[in-house]
Amino acid sequence: MSPVTTRSSRSIDWPLLLLYLVLVGLGWVAVYAASYSPDAPPHPLTALSFSELMAFNWFKQLLWMGTAAVLIVILLVVDYKAYDTLAYVLYGGMIGLLLVTLVIARPIAGSRSWLEFGPVRLQPAEFAKFTTALAASRFMAGINLRNQNWRDQAVLAGLTLLPVALILASNETGQALVFAALLLAYFREGMSPIILLLLAAGGVILLLALLVPKVWLVSGFTVVLLGAFALNSRLWRHHLPLSLSAWVLVIGMVFGVDFFFNKVLQPHQRQRIEMLIDPGKDPLGKGWNVTQSKIALGSGGWFGKGFLNGTQTKFDFVPEQSTDFIFCTVGEEWGWAGCAVLIMLYLTLLWRILLVAERQKSVFGRTYGYCVASILFVHFTVNLGMTMGLMPVVGIPLPFFSYGGSSLWSFTILVFALVALDAHRKQDLLR
Amino acid sequence: MQYLEGRRYVVLAIFTLVGLLFASRLFYLQVLDDSYKTAADRNTLQRQVQVPFRGLIYDRHDSLLVSNTPVYDLMVVPREVKRLDSAKFCQLMQMPLEDLRLGLRTAKAYSRVRPSPLIQNLSTPELASINDNLINFPGFRVQARMARAYRTQNLAHALGYVGSITPKLLESPKYAHYAPGENVGISGLESYYEPILMGRRGVQYRLVNVRGIDKGTFRGGEFDTLSQAGQDLHLSIDSDLQAYGEKLLAGRRGWIVALDPKTGEILCFVSAPHYEPQLLTGKGSGNRYMDLLRNPDRPLFDRPLMATFPPGSVFKLVNELVAMQLGVVTPATGFPCDQHLVHCTHRHEYPSNVNIAIKQSCNPYFYQVMRAAVVRGQSPNKFEDARLGLGQWQKMVKTFGLGEKLGVDMGHEKRGLIPSPEFYDKLRGYHHWNFKTVYSLSIGQGEIGITGLQMANVLATIANRGYYITPHFVRSIGASGQPLPQYRERHYTAVDTTLFKYLIPGMQEVVDGRGGTGSFASLAQYGISVAGKTGTVQNAHGEDHSTFAAFAPANDPKIAIAVFIENAGFGGTAAAPAAGLMMEKYLRGKVAPRRKRWEDWVMYGDFTKRRH
Ligand SMILES: [Zn+2]
Repeated sequence: MSPVTTRSSRSIDWPLLLLYLVLVGLGWVAVYAASYSPDAPPHPLTALSFSELMAFNWFKQLLWMGTAAVLIVILLVVDYKAYDTLAYVLYGGMIGLLLVTLVIARPIAGSRSWLEFGPVRLQPAEFAKFTTALAASRFMAGINLRNQNWRDQAVLAGLTLLPVALILASNETGQALVFAALLLAYFREGMSPIILLLLAAGGVILLLALLVPKVWLVSGFTVVLLGAFALNSRLWRHHLPLSLSAWVLVIGMVFGVDFFFNKVLQPHQRQRIEMLIDPGKDPLGKGWNVTQSKIALGSGGWFGKGFLNGTQTKFDFVPEQSTDFIFCTVGEEWGWAGCAVLIMLYLTLLWRILLVAERQKSVFGRTYGYCVASILFVHFTVNLGMTMGLMPVVGIPLPFFSYGGSSLWSFTILVFALVALDAHRKQDLLR
Repeated sequence: MQYLEGRRYVVLAIFTLVGLLFASRLFYLQVLDDSYKTAADRNTLQRQVQVPFRGLIYDRHDSLLVSNTPVYDLMVVPREVKRLDSAKFCQLMQMPLEDLRLGLRTAKAYSRVRPSPLIQNLSTPELASINDNLINFPGFRVQARMARAYRTQNLAHALGYVGSITPKLLESPKYAHYAPGENVGISGLESYYEPILMGRRGVQYRLVNVRGIDKGTFRGGEFDTLSQAGQDLHLSIDSDLQAYGEKLLAGRRGWIVALDPKTGEILCFVSAPHYEPQLLTGKGSGNRYMDLLRNPDRPLFDRPLMATFPPGSVFKLVNELVAMQLGVVTPATGFPCDQHLVHCTHRHEYPSNVNIAIKQSCNPYFYQVMRAAVVRGQSPNKFEDARLGLGQWQKMVKTFGLGEKLGVDMGHEKRGLIPSPEFYDKLRGYHHWNFKTVYSLSIGQGEIGITGLQMANVLATIANRGYYITPHFVRSIGASGQPLPQYRERHYTAVDTTLFKYLIPGMQEVVDGRGGTGSFASLAQYGISVAGKTGTVQNAHGEDHSTFAAFAPANDPKIAIAVFIENAGFGGTAAAPAAGLMMEKYLRGKVAPRRKRWEDWVMYGDFTKRRH
C-alpha cells in the first residue's frame, strides 16, 4: 500500500462513514419489508435461482449496495485534487449527457430522463446534482459573493440554472426542485439572506392564496401594514416606498397565484396541489396516494406493527412503496419511535456534514460540503413532507432508503467525495 | 473567527427545525389521531359476509317451485384496464359500445381501484363463451352470485321476487345488516319470510390486498362465524289447481282464491292477468319489470289482496247472520219483495223464509233484514237510533275479518272498509243520516269494500259454522315444521256458532235448486253438494263485475272459494262455472272431459250477452 492511502484511511471521518452504513443498512431492511410477500419461500436465497431473485427489489438493492461499496473505494483512491481540477470538465460532460438523454430517452411514466443499458436503468439527473455542486464550489472559490459583482452572480446563476432547465425539459420536476438546495450553500458563502427570505415568503403567500379567500388575504395584509405604521410613526417616514412596493408585490402575487395555478401549471401538477389542500376530495382516485400514505403512516402508533407486519404496505395499498413512499413502511412497521430515530439519524448526518464542511481549509471544500448537506436535506424534507401530506406529491427519493441504483449511487458519490476531500484537508493546507 | 461563520448556525437551525416539525407532525398522525388506524383496518380487513343458501319453496305436494342457481357478474377495475380493444370487447360481450362507455364511466366515478359491476346476471352458457377470452382483457373478471330459479310458471303474485336491495330498504333498521348489492325478497312471500328464507349470514374477517385478493384469515379466524342456510317454505298452494285457475282466467281480469276452511290454508291464489315469475329475475329483468308496470291490464297488481270492492249479494249472508244474532229475525222470518224499498233483480216467489230469500237473492228481503238489525228503537231520535244500530252492526261484521287486515303472510294486504257511524258523521254530518242513507249496505253495495281473500274467508267461516283460521300460504317452515303460531288458532265471530247452519240449505238451493242463481257451479252429477252465493258488483264505468263464492262439500267442507271476474256481468254467468270447475279439479283431482264446454265458456265466452 502506498503511504498516501494509509494516511488518508487513518484520517477518514469515521462517524460520517458509520452514519452512512447505518442508514443504508436500515434502508435495505425497509426495502425488504416493502417488497416482502408472504407467499415467498422463507429462505429465498437458497430456494430461488438468480433470475427468480432478480424479481425482488430487496435482492437487486443488495446488488446496488455491493456496487456502491466498489464506488466508495474508487472515490477514496482517486487523487483528491481531481474533484477540484476536473469540476468544470465533469460539469460540461454532464450537461452533454443530459442533452443526449433528452434526445434519445424513451418516455417512462411521462419523463424522458432514463438511460437504459439492457436491464440497468440510470437517471443522469441524479448525478447532475453532484457535478453542479462541484462546478459551483469551484467557481465559488474564485469569487466573493458579498462583493456584489453582478457578473459573477449572473455566471453562478447560469451555472446552476442550466442543468435545472434541462431536467425540467425532461419532465422531472422533482429532481429540478432539488437544485434549490444549492441556495443554502450560496447563502453560507455570502449570498444575501433577502433572497432566501423572499423565497420563503413567496412560498407562504402562494400556499395562503390557495387556502384563504383573496379578499381576506389582501385586507389582512393591509391591516397589518397600517397597524405597523400607526404604532411606529418612524416607519411611516423612512420606509414608505419600501412598504408600498411590498404591498403591491403581495397583491400581485395573490392574484398571480390564480393565473399561475390555472394557466401555467400542467393538469397533473395542479392536481397534486389540489390533493395537498384537500385529499378527501377524491380519496379513491387522485387523492389515493396521499390518503393511503397517511393511513399507512398513521396506523403505526407508538411502536409500529413490527417488522414485516405492516398490512398497508404489504398488501400494496401504498403505491411506489419501495421507492418514493418507502417512509410509509418505516412509519407503519416501526411506529413513531422508529420514525423519530430515523429523523434523528438524518439530523445527525446533516450536522456531521456541516461540521466536516466547516473544518475544510479551502472555500471549494467548504462550499461542496454545504452543497452535499443541502441536497440531502431537500430530499429528506420533500420526501417526508409528501409522505405526511404536508407537500405536494413530488417523486424524489429518500436518500439511502428508497430502492434504486441511481439514487443510491448518486448519494454515495456526493457523500464520499466529501469524505475524500476531508481526508486530505491537511495536505490542502500545505499546498 | 472564520468567514461568515455565524451563518453556519442559521443553516443548522433550519435543518433542526424541519426535523422537529416532522417529528411532531408524525406524533399527531401516529399517536394522537386514531382515525388512521381504523382506516387501515377498513382497508385490509375485509368483512366477508357469507350469504347462506336461500331457502327453497315447495307446494303442498312437495314439488319444488323455487330454487337457486348461480349467475355471474362481469366486474371491472378501471385502473387495471390496459389497452382495451373496445370493438373486440363489445363483440365478445355482445354489448353496444355506448353501454361499455357508460359502464366504464360509472365504474371510474365509483373507484379506479375497486371492482364495479359492468354486466350483471350472466347465465352459465353466456359465461362459458366469454370466460376463455377474458384473459385478453386485463381489469375484467367474473364474480359468481346466487339468483332465484323458478320451476313453475305460476303463482308469481304470491311468490314475489328477489332482487338487489334498494337504497331505500338499506336505510330501514330491519335491513341494517344487509350490504349494498345483496339479494333481498322484494315482494310477496320472498319478502314476508325474508328472515327465514335468508338464514343466518356467516362473517369471515379476511386480510386482503389493494385488489381485494385474499391474503389469509385474521387472527386465525377468532372472530369468524359460520353461515346457516335459510329454511325451506312448504306452501299450502296446490300447484295443479293454481295452474288450472291461471289457465281459466288467462284472457280475463279478475281473481280466484280458494281456502281449506278447516286449516285456513290457501289452496290457490290466482290474480289475472298473471305473468311468469322468472320474468323478474336475470338479465333484462329491469326492462321486463317496466313493461309489466306499463301494461294497461296491470299484471303486477295483486288483485285478491289489493283490490277492494263492494261485495254485492254475497254480503247478504253476513247481514242475515248479524240480524239472527241480534234476535230481530229468525230463519222462518218472511218479508215481502217490496220493490218500493229497493229494486229486486227479478220476479220470484214470495220469500217466506231465509232459504227462499237466499236462493232468489231478494234485495227487498235483505233490506228489511238489515233495517230490523239497525233500527231497533234504542233511541226516540231516529238519527241517534240509526247511529247506535249501525255501530253495533259494524262491530259484529268486523269479527268476520272484514274492515281489517286479516293478517295473511303477505305484506301488501288491504284492509277494506266496513263503515262506522263516525264514517257517516263525517260524510253527511252528525245526526244528518239515518237507515235510508246507509241501506245499500244491506245488499253489499255503497260505502263498503272487501278484498278477495276476505270474501273467501267469509265463506270458510260459514263452511266451518262459525270460526275461521287466518288464511296463510305457508303450512310448514322446514320439511316437517308448522305454520307460524298465528295461523294455528281459531277466530270466532260475534255470531253464535249454532246460527250458521240456517244459511246452508238456502246456499245449496242457489246451486242445486230449481232456478237457482248459481246453478252453473253445480257438481250434483258427481254427488257433491255445493253451497254458494252469486253476486254482481255494480260498476259505474262499464259492465258489472261477476262474483261467486261457495264451499263444498256442503256437509264436510274441504274447499271454500271466491271468484271475481271483471266486466262479466251477473255472478252466475261467469264466476259460478269457474268456481264449479275449480272445485271439481280440487275435490276430484281432475276435470271430466265432458266439462270442456264449460272451460271454453269461462275462457272464451262473451259474457256481455246476459243470459240468466
Ligand atoms: Zn225479490
